[in-house]
Amino acid sequence: MDVNARRLVGIGAERVSHVSSTDFPGHYPNEDHSWNLQLFKQNLTVEIQRLSQRSIEFDIIGVDASIANAFRRIMIAEVPTIAIDQVYVFNNTTVIHDEILAHRLGLIPLNVDPTHMDMLEEGDTPTDRNTVEFKIDLECSWKDNKGKASASGSSTPTDDERYVNHQLLSKHLQWNPAGEQIEKLKNAGPLNGDIVLAKLRPGQAVEIVLHARKGLGKDHAKWSPVATATYRLHPNIVIKKPIPFERADEFQKCFSPGVVKVDKKKRTVKIDPKHMRNDTVSREVLRDPEFKDSVELSRIRDWFIFSVESESAYKPEQLLPEAIVIMKEKIAAMKTAALGLLGGEGGGGGVEGVQQREGEDVVMQEAI
Amino acid sequence: MNMNDDQQSHPNPAGAGIPMQAPRQEMEYLCADCNAKNEIRAREPIRCRECGHRIMYKRRTKRMVQFEAR
Repeated sequence: MDVNARRLVGIGAERVSHVSSTDFPGHYPNEDHSWNLQLFKQNLTVEIQRLSQRSIEFDIIGVDASIANAFRRIMIAEVPTIAIDQVYVFNNTTVIHDEILAHRLGLIPLNVDPTHMDMLEEGDTPTDRNTVEFKIDLECSWKDNKGKASASGSSTPTDDERYVNHQLLSKHLQWNPAGEQIEKLKNAGPLNGDIVLAKLRPGQAVEIVLHARKGLGKDHAKWSPVATATYRLHPNIVIKKPIPFERADEFQKCFSPGVVKVDKKKRTVKIDPKHMRNDTVSREVLRDPEFKDSVELSRIRDWFIFSVESESAYKPEQLLPEAIVIMKEKIAAMKTAALGLLGGEGGGGGVEGVQQREGEDVVMQEAI
Repeated sequence: MNMNDDQQSHPNPAGAGIPMQAPRQEMEYLCADCNAKNEIRAREPIRCRECGHRIMYKRRTKRMVQFEAR
């Protein structure tokens, strides 16, 4: 793999170099770097590398860090999900305090499709369009034999052998469908039914009504649809001088498994371009006096390896498209606002935000 | 976090004589040792009927408390 040196972030033993991109107008004399849609389309690649039930790894190649970072941040903080927001405690005699239990309940990821729900704005009344209701009603009690006839034969019976309902789990949430929810939401509930929320002993009981709402991760992390959304730059490793075959194993161990291919027959040492992405760029090679001049470490500045783990009703492959939709809405809002500043040319006098600010200005002048 | 309105509002608010007394329920206490239900009466020793333990807990209120899950 041969990468244009302008795309590389150099990695030395104790420093990084060429961190900022240079593909903007005026940086290289007599070169046209003005933004060009055709060129952008040519260079842009989005490719899924790995996809599972809950996570995805994909590459975005050919964009600036600002764009990649915007998508990452939107996925974390601005893609809406449903989470428990209001907790009405009728009874809770467990050792977990109401406040803590409420907080724990809020963090349960719910399997409710946010597209079917509206945001509950300030002053709105809860309806079937903006609120999903759950109930918890659980009481712990002794089993009939109190675990004395222990099946496991051990002298200390387990909690399961002694008690009924000795744990409050997320599967104990009972959905209370209202209005059209039963058709639209199918079966709403927690994504994972085995989250322990509280432990109980005989006589202790919990009775709670819960209201789940639509929200954004920037309001509270419980509404974030992702467990992780990160990216790293694709590593680039180039062998400049042949590696002595006697030390091939040592050289191989300086990198992540699979990155260095040693051919025993031909007695050659090579970098496997397919597995190069797995390298952690630990710079271990640069500590060896013999290796440090024969290898060049770097990362590719515009090659982003995203790793996203969904912890919400979204499938992992849906998250980037959702983020793009939100980004486009933001850009559209910016565009109308900018046109509004030009004065009436945007048609219909621009955007509310701009008009409001003009209104405030007038008030200020009168006050003076 | 805010407590909801007092639900034990008087059914007879407009000053028509004696405020209605809720039917007096005997207060139930729970033994701190064996969790058995007990009643405590005046001039009687505070002692569990089941196990003789002398510490009692009052039951939690039935009143609803509202929290924000944050």
